[in-house]
Amino acid sequence: MTIVQILIVAAAALFWGLVMRERGRVYFLLIASTLVIFWLQPSLPLRGFDFWIPVATLIITVFSWHITAAEESRREKKNWITAGILACTILLLNLTRFLPFVSLLTPSRPPQIEITIAILFVAGLTLSALSRLTKFSASFWRSPLWVTAGLLLTIGLFLLIKIPDLSYWLVYFLRSLTGQDVFSSRITDFRWLGFSYVAFRIIHTLRDRQMGRLPAVDLAEYVTYVIFYPAFTAGPIDRIERFIKDLRKPSALGNDELLIASQRFMLGLFKKFVVADALALIALNETNALQVKSVGWMWIVLYAYAFQIYFDFSGYTDIALGIARLLGINLPENFASPYLKPNLTQFWNNWHMTLTQWFRAYFFNPVTRWLRSWEKPLPAPAMIALTQVATMLLIGFWHGVTWNFTLWGLWHGLGLFIHNRWGDMTKVRAGEWAVTPFRKSLLNAVGVVVTFHFVSLGWIFFALSSTSTSMQVFLKLFGLR
Amino acid sequence: MKTLNIILKGLSLFIILNLLFAFFPPAMGKLSAYNILFPGRERLPFGENSAEAYNLSLFDLDAMFASHKINGDEKQDDDFRVILIGDSSVWGTLLKPEETLAGQLNSAKISACGKNVRVYNLGYPTISLTKDLLLLSRALEYQPDLVIWLTTLEAFPMEKQIASPLVANNEESLLRLANSSGLKVDANDPAFSRDSFWESTIIGKQRALADVFRLQIYGVMWAATGIDQVYPPDYEPAQTDLEADQKFHGFEPPVLDKNSLALNALETGIKMAGDTPIVIVNEPMMISAGKNSDIRYNFFYPRWAYDQYRSMMSELSLKNNWAYVDLWDAVPAGEFTNSAIHLTPQGEAVLTWKIAPVITAACK
Repeated sequence: MTIVQILIVAAAALFWGLVMRERGRVYFLLIASTLVIFWLQPSLPLRGFDFWIPVATLIITVFSWHITAAEESRREKKNWITAGILACTILLLNLTRFLPFVSLLTPSRPPQIEITIAILFVAGLTLSALSRLTKFSASFWRSPLWVTAGLLLTIGLFLLIKIPDLSYWLVYFLRSLTGQDVFSSRITDFRWLGFSYVAFRIIHTLRDRQMGRLPAVDLAEYVTYVIFYPAFTAGPIDRIERFIKDLRKPSALGNDELLIASQRFMLGLFKKFVVADALALIALNETNALQVKSVGWMWIVLYAYAFQIYFDFSGYTDIALGIARLLGINLPENFASPYLKPNLTQFWNNWHMTLTQWFRAYFFNPVTRWLRSWEKPLPAPAMIALTQVATMLLIGFWHGVTWNFTLWGLWHGLGLFIHNRWGDMTKVRAGEWAVTPFRKSLLNAVGVVVTFHFVSLGWIFFALSSTSTSMQVFLKLFGLR
Repeated sequence: MKTLNIILKGLSLFIILNLLFAFFPPAMGKLSAYNILFPGRERLPFGENSAEAYNLSLFDLDAMFASHKINGDEKQDDDFRVILIGDSSVWGTLLKPEETLAGQLNSAKISACGKNVRVYNLGYPTISLTKDLLLLSRALEYQPDLVIWLTTLEAFPMEKQIASPLVANNEESLLRLANSSGLKVDANDPAFSRDSFWESTIIGKQRALADVFRLQIYGVMWAATGIDQVYPPDYEPAQTDLEADQKFHGFEPPVLDKNSLALNALETGIKMAGDTPIVIVNEPMMISAGKNSDIRYNFFYPRWAYDQYRSMMSELSLKNNWAYVDLWDAVPAGEFTNSAIHLTPQGEAVLTWKIAPVITAACK
């Protein structure tokens, strides 16, 4: 997001907070978020797709609500009204293609409206057919099969976007569908803004529905949760039960709230646009990785990357938290001084916290429980190694299913396992040694330095797509090249 | 009320700071991390692709000189300090710092007056005598023992003088120079980029301030890589097939009107240098053998204009007792890169051995 885009969405939130107060908050957020996902979607060379991708986001969200919602809730009038509002917003946006000022709210001129109407019609028809199915066969509809299908489809879409080869074939297919030159296909032709976060919010609701712990939410609340505009592009990944609590709570933007929200917002702007953007000029990248001449400067370039990624991401989070607060939503924290943590486990408890919590809830804990339930469970170290490496590999894949993210996940998975074993082995001895406050502080400081360097070395895989370049950087850092 | 108070206080402070900045502009450019945290640059900052060149073009002369290594090198008793000024051929387009004329002269380890010759590259892309003069006025503060001013006819036309963005954006410095040295400058020239009051505030100067800040940040990459420009794997070579065009910047044959050339800038520079010797060098250029090369030497010059320029410079140097070296054809045509004045490293080596004796001789 550019600073201008951020200032505009912040101004919209401030306007609502100061002028509208509590009036129609859910519908304001629903419409504003819908407009923002169209507005922020990057322009694509695939004809019409920078309009249809946000449409697809909305359709998928509505379908996933339909799967997760209680039977009686699905038929409620207010939900049909919400669906109508969404359809009208999409159509009105599509109609801007006839306005003289091109692409005010969309990245390019919207496509022909007939196609959009057809898409919405088919989506509506399918939804209606599914509703009828429910009527005739309530037990069939309640079957977990639907939720499982929803989960698989969301994961499938996610993989389609994250695996470069699949993305290429998707672009190839879409280009042939739209009659464009297939030989110019590039994976960057298809960029689905915010889908990583949308998918994880949807999976969370589907899985909670499966477990029977999803609260009842109407369509407007559900869509607002999934595409909530302050958190759409960079998180955090809130939990729906927490989100709707704030959404339903009366919200008045008082002085204190305004002050806290503004401070958070300004801090975020400073972190992102001053610190992170300045560090970006000297941070490790594919080009400078091979240009840096000495060991010392190689470390500085790596440190610059470590701090740049932190300030960039935590800056965006602060901006999101600040804007959300203006709207009466207290989004969860995503970072808590991660680089000051004395071990890797604590680092991951404080870095992109909502993502790690998500993986803990929906992968690590269930898999650990499952492994423990075996008749002959694996030895504890093997179980820890397996679950931690698998979790971190998945977190790596969340960023992209490529070799560099695989290595990054593996690096952290093994690091967590080694820390776990090391901690177990040295806990008693460390406790005996660190008896004075000075020794405790010293132990903590050493832990912070070692953890920071471990994480920084891991960033090499994250920053560089080429494994051989990563290896060259490693060698250079230790004076071996 | 509390929030309103904070907003009002913040706004007032911001306005006051902006006004103070506009009324008493601080010399922000003098604050530099170069020569302290990072080594000084081998040449003045210039670059259009900052992200890859780790360099950028800015117009703050203080910042430009503060980033140069000349600003950090204390002159030693056994140093014979030589400063090169001129255009992109001196700055070294497409050349690594060690391949430029200054770099190669330093590698040659020559001595003059029993001292070690240390050459500093203060060339700057864009061709204008007035731009050279502006840089010379700053360069003289660094106690040079010799100034070598490489130039070419393209730097002489009046219309080129203020067209250089560095000159256009340094109106105040240039007018001050004109007042003190007799340089003829039209203060009302529309080419000058003048700041309104609004443009003098922090908000108005945000781009310039950001450039100074970015220059400091790029110091890290300069120190880490030694790279200060983009070296493309290939480039379009200088044009050898030429248009049958006799014109040169509005001049038409048969006479190159002396009065329409910025000779005053050259005279002012020599006068300004005082006791510091200046050698004027007519820099090498590509002599094309392609289509219409009987009419033009290269993309820049029709033969008639350039021949008259050479005669004029010889006459003027004799008449005024200027130290003048004409190296117009010193480098073979194959040793030019993307322009008729940009040399290959081998071309610079040829030039180096033509200039080295000039430096040695300057001691006399």
